[in-house]
Amino acid sequence: MSGISTTQFSKYNAKIAKNRATSEPAWVRWTLIAAALLYLSLFLFMPLAAVFTEALRKGVDTYISALVDADALSAMKLTFIAALIAVPLNLVFGVAAAWAIAKFEFKGKSILITLIDLPFAVSPVIAGLIYVLIFGLQGWFGQWLSDHDLKVIFAIPGIVLATIFVTFPFVARELIPLMQAQGKDEEEAALVLGASGWQILWRVTLPNIKWGLLYGVILTNARAMGEFGAVSVVSGHIRGLTNTMPLHVEILYNEYNYAAAFAAASVLALLALVTLVLKSIVEWYAARSARAIEQN
Amino acid sequence: MSKKHNNVLPGFNLSLGFTIFYLSLIVLIPLSAAFIKTSTLSLHEFWVAVASPRVVASYKLTFGASLIGASINALFGLLTAWVLTRYTFPGKRIIDALVDLPFALPTAVAGIALTAIYAPNGWIGSLLAPHGIKVAFTPIGIVIALTFIGLPFVVRTVQPILEDLEAETEEAAASLGANRWQTFTKIIFPAIAPALLTGFSLAFARAIGEYGSVIFIAGNMPMVSEITPLIIITKLEQYDYAGATAVAVVMLVISFILLLGINGLQWWNSRRNSRAI
Repeated sequence: MSGISTTQFSKYNAKIAKNRATSEPAWVRWTLIAAALLYLSLFLFMPLAAVFTEALRKGVDTYISALVDADALSAMKLTFIAALIAVPLNLVFGVAAAWAIAKFEFKGKSILITLIDLPFAVSPVIAGLIYVLIFGLQGWFGQWLSDHDLKVIFAIPGIVLATIFVTFPFVARELIPLMQAQGKDEEEAALVLGASGWQILWRVTLPNIKWGLLYGVILTNARAMGEFGAVSVVSGHIRGLTNTMPLHVEILYNEYNYAAAFAAASVLALLALVTLVLKSIVEWYAARSARAIEQN
Repeated sequence: MSKKHNNVLPGFNLSLGFTIFYLSLIVLIPLSAAFIKTSTLSLHEFWVAVASPRVVASYKLTFGASLIGASINALFGLLTAWVLTRYTFPGKRIIDALVDLPFALPTAVAGIALTAIYAPNGWIGSLLAPHGIKVAFTPIGIVIALTFIGLPFVVRTVQPILEDLEAETEEAAASLGANRWQTFTKIIFPAIAPALLTGFSLAFARAIGEYGSVIFIAGNMPMVSEITPLIIITKLEQYDYAGATAVAVVMLVISFILLLGINGLQWWNSRRNSRAI
């Protein structure tokens, strides 16, 4: 998913499309395009359209009242809180991990990279389960927590922890290949000119990786706000208290309150569309700055 | 990389130390809890938890549906990547950006949207219902949901490789008398095969653990349409923590093996591509 490289628009198209020997007949082209569009329609476009159609089925008034409902608002608030904590923490981690991995050689580096990827391989349900095993009533710290009247599971800290887990690798994964490709010449030059470590980080490294960083943050945020499985295990589904937006959608849907469920879902779908737009913009800037570096 | 032994940059201990500390705190220690919890079970108890008929049925369903979903995505993802890199048609850039929607759309939203379409009264479900075909609330619905969440993987792994292919090799094949189909099977396909396999494996690995998009459309009938992540949730809700964790450990081990395989594939992939240039 190295998104940034995919936008380097193909020099190839122009060269090959004009050449009859290396292109297909028109009927083949249009059949293939039609097949691809049919596949994308069945699995992408129709679900997206369905969200908004179902949300507005009972009229705009029902739609708006579903969104300004107190439980919906508190779910939105909790979703933002979880993302607001998870994103900065994973951002700092991503920069630290990429600095260590890209700028230095050490034993076990490839193992470390694999371990950072681990949360992607773990089912969201299991991500929630492991925190229940540690902080739940029967868990390692369950007794201690209840003695001190603290709650992690079925409370906000559990939701934040599960969110951090499922979004853990995003920033690091974007930054490691980017910083490895950039090398360390600029940092070494800054050091020779008398910059301190933090000055190098702020003035040299971060400006160089800003697009990759932003890209990682956008992906982290989207996943943080949309996570369902992991959060569902640790949340306890207490209305107005431990419900995030995706959980709120589930509860309404299971109560057969479809219009309200799809209204809440449409907010998340809009968020997803905004994410895709931002992502495309960042990819465009990243490709432009990569081209600018190549030309120098 | 030449002067790795006299690296002068500061911050190695701090950044690596923080990385390992945070990784342990958030990922490694919590994951080890699953293995420690399972080790409190006797071998017999473990076997009963992970190999009861209902759990075995869920493995078959989860892996079968994931395999079919990933295969659909391999075929149509390749087609989509091809169409997006080679042809021009109206709306192409928007469609290209929308391919990533399953990464950005919350799984619960995807789940209820797919159910709305494929339910017997939905846009597609109502077309299929008169022919006696039920999609939602059957294993077919699970395949649909797993196809949705795996859709971007193959497109996004194959697309950059297709873009970077040298036009000259195809021109050479054409001038040596190969037709387009021969060029595709003998020249293009071998070049993109590792990427295709990587994308397929990523989609498969993602599908195995998927929960949110599936539970709405699956119907969740024990032995018929109950996926393994749901088994874990059900056991948890019955306060059978050890049983839930035992099934989780089986899934974790399978996922780790897949992750190692995918890392190997990506390494192979990048080595092939760097050699080609």
